[in-house]
Amino acid sequence: MLALRTMFDAFKNKHGLGVACFIGFAVFFWALFLIALPQIAMLDYSFRFNLPRADIGGPSDVYTLENYAYFFRGNDGGFNALDVGILFKTLVAAVFVTIIDIMICYPIAYILAHSATGVAARLMVIGLIVPFWVNEILRAFAFRILFGATGMINGIGMEIGLWDTPIDFIRADIALYSGLTYAYILLMVFPIFNAVEALDRNQIEAARDMGASWWRVHWRVVLPIAKPGIASGATMVFMLTAGALAAPQILGGPSNLWFTQLIYQWFNESANWQRGSAYAVILLLVCIGFVTMMMRVFKVSIGEIGR
Amino acid sequence: MTTKDIVLDHVSIRFGSYTAVDNAHLTINGGEFFSFLGPSGCGKTTMLRCVSGFSEPTEGRVLIGGKDMKGVGPNKRPTALIFQNLALFPLMSVAENIAFPLEVRGVGKKDRRKKADELLDMIALPGVGDKKVHELSGGQRQRVAIARALAVEPDILLLDEPLSALDLKLRHHMRTELRTIQQRVGLTFIYITHDQGEALTMSDRIAVMNAGVIEQIGDPEAIYNRPKTAFVASFVGETNAIEGKVTAQTGELVVLDTPLGPLKGTAAGGRKYKPGDNCYIFIRPEQLELRDNPAGENAFTTQAVKAEFEGNARLLFLGANGVDLRLTRINTGERPADLAGTAVHVGFDPSKAFVLPHSALAGA
Repeated sequence: MLALRTMFDAFKNKHGLGVACFIGFAVFFWALFLIALPQIAMLDYSFRFNLPRADIGGPSDVYTLENYAYFFRGNDGGFNALDVGILFKTLVAAVFVTIIDIMICYPIAYILAHSATGVAARLMVIGLIVPFWVNEILRAFAFRILFGATGMINGIGMEIGLWDTPIDFIRADIALYSGLTYAYILLMVFPIFNAVEALDRNQIEAARDMGASWWRVHWRVVLPIAKPGIASGATMVFMLTAGALAAPQILGGPSNLWFTQLIYQWFNESANWQRGSAYAVILLLVCIGFVTMMMRVFKVSIGEIGR
Repeated sequence: MTTKDIVLDHVSIRFGSYTAVDNAHLTINGGEFFSFLGPSGCGKTTMLRCVSGFSEPTEGRVLIGGKDMKGVGPNKRPTALIFQNLALFPLMSVAENIAFPLEVRGVGKKDRRKKADELLDMIALPGVGDKKVHELSGGQRQRVAIARALAVEPDILLLDEPLSALDLKLRHHMRTELRTIQQRVGLTFIYITHDQGEALTMSDRIAVMNAGVIEQIGDPEAIYNRPKTAFVASFVGETNAIEGKVTAQTGELVVLDTPLGPLKGTAAGGRKYKPGDNCYIFIRPEQLELRDNPAGENAFTTQAVKAEFEGNARLLFLGANGVDLRLTRINTGERPADLAGTAVHVGFDPSKAFVLPHSALAGA
């Protein structure tokens, strides 16, 4: 409390009372009402039984671990391979999408920061941003059309004789991966761009002068500088991909469920908010755990990501 | 001709319609400390990039050790470049920095470290190999950059104003140090600077550049004492320029009609002038003398404006008839009478003043 007070005073002296009050209130509102309270409510939900309206607040409305247990044990008490499998598959897919995004965005960010100048650079940025004016649903359906059995890619591929029968990109999840990869490109490009931009061009030239190949220049000089940016972009892309709903709903294959779709089903179709909350909390914890582990593995600190 | 010789054969470098280097033609000898001196934007860095291979000449050839370097990349040339900001890799340790060129060449980890330690000994920084670059002082980083450049044993070291980021004391110290290292390793050093003090103290020879053109090549004594153009005379060292018209020339002695009256100087480089030629007469502040009376050779009367104390010298600003002059006197430890605001008599020895044809001055 004391620390908060001194912070507020320092801020007041610098920017005036009005601004300090506004910022103080905004931060308070944001932290409490937009972040803490809804999450606490969800957490509370996840530990309760799904009771009829009349029983809520009654003697049978007690805390339970039943919703979490269900994720592991299912209805029959055995291992719930289906749901755990879906979570695992979602995580693997999110990792896959993140890796593809890194591979696509690292060169883009590097070129944007160090090769493109003037008009070309501005066109590149506009080219990256404008597609995101199109809303998510429309973009997802556009990808469906693009990858459909009679879609453009199958049309062109068969026309020039690359394959004879239409490929089912939807069932193979290629459409889904492409859609998700594309959806979060910006979130990957800009953190990497930020990090790489700080790199002094002379360092690249110095490394070249000493005979380093392009591969080594990137591996030893550029990539270490880009690492915090990559970590920050990867965290965002991974979290959002794992939590995506619209794209898997529209582009996902009929036999493949995304974990978020499972959560959605508990909330909407089964009207079991308690179990849905538990599943959402599981997704959140597993994602945070996975990201923390990855940061350990790649030796990135949370402070570096914040930069 | 050795492998360390560099020949710039009528080299011109253009960017669109802009000429950065105009017909540079010179030979830099193996083992020489050669400086390009000029104001910023004179083309000296462009020249260096051309030797290092980061750019190609628009016209002419660059020969290193007698071989035409056309199409040879920077990594394939026997040159190593030290950048203005050193371009050390911030995320590598000092030893990794120094050993990077060896790592590139596939030298094993143990041998790399051994060589890095040897080089650290050479630059008198033993034991800092495991430190990070940012833990070193400016002068130490400077030396690490030199060690890194020397790691692959190049024939020619190219230095692009490497001392400009250091403070004054360290800069002076590093001048001596650089010269010592150069003499120890016996390489050709090409040094780019806008600081005449650096060029004069370290170089065997200096090329003074202005607007893409090499104005004069010579040893430091020649550049300072016998400038060949008005630009060199005014750029290198402090000087006073007095504009005038030639009235007569006898042998080397030229008489000019100036706003301060007729003044005599020496025709630099044995030039011949016709009466009526527009010329400058250049006289260094330390060659101007205060006189007791207006009689005597090359004397005139002017107004003392103000005096400045610089420590080792006293500077007197003079001005009359639209000609501003500076006169320095060695500080003898005694405070002279305050002359500001009074009329003073000034003169100089005609053999210490050069007459050069009218052309652009430095900073004008």
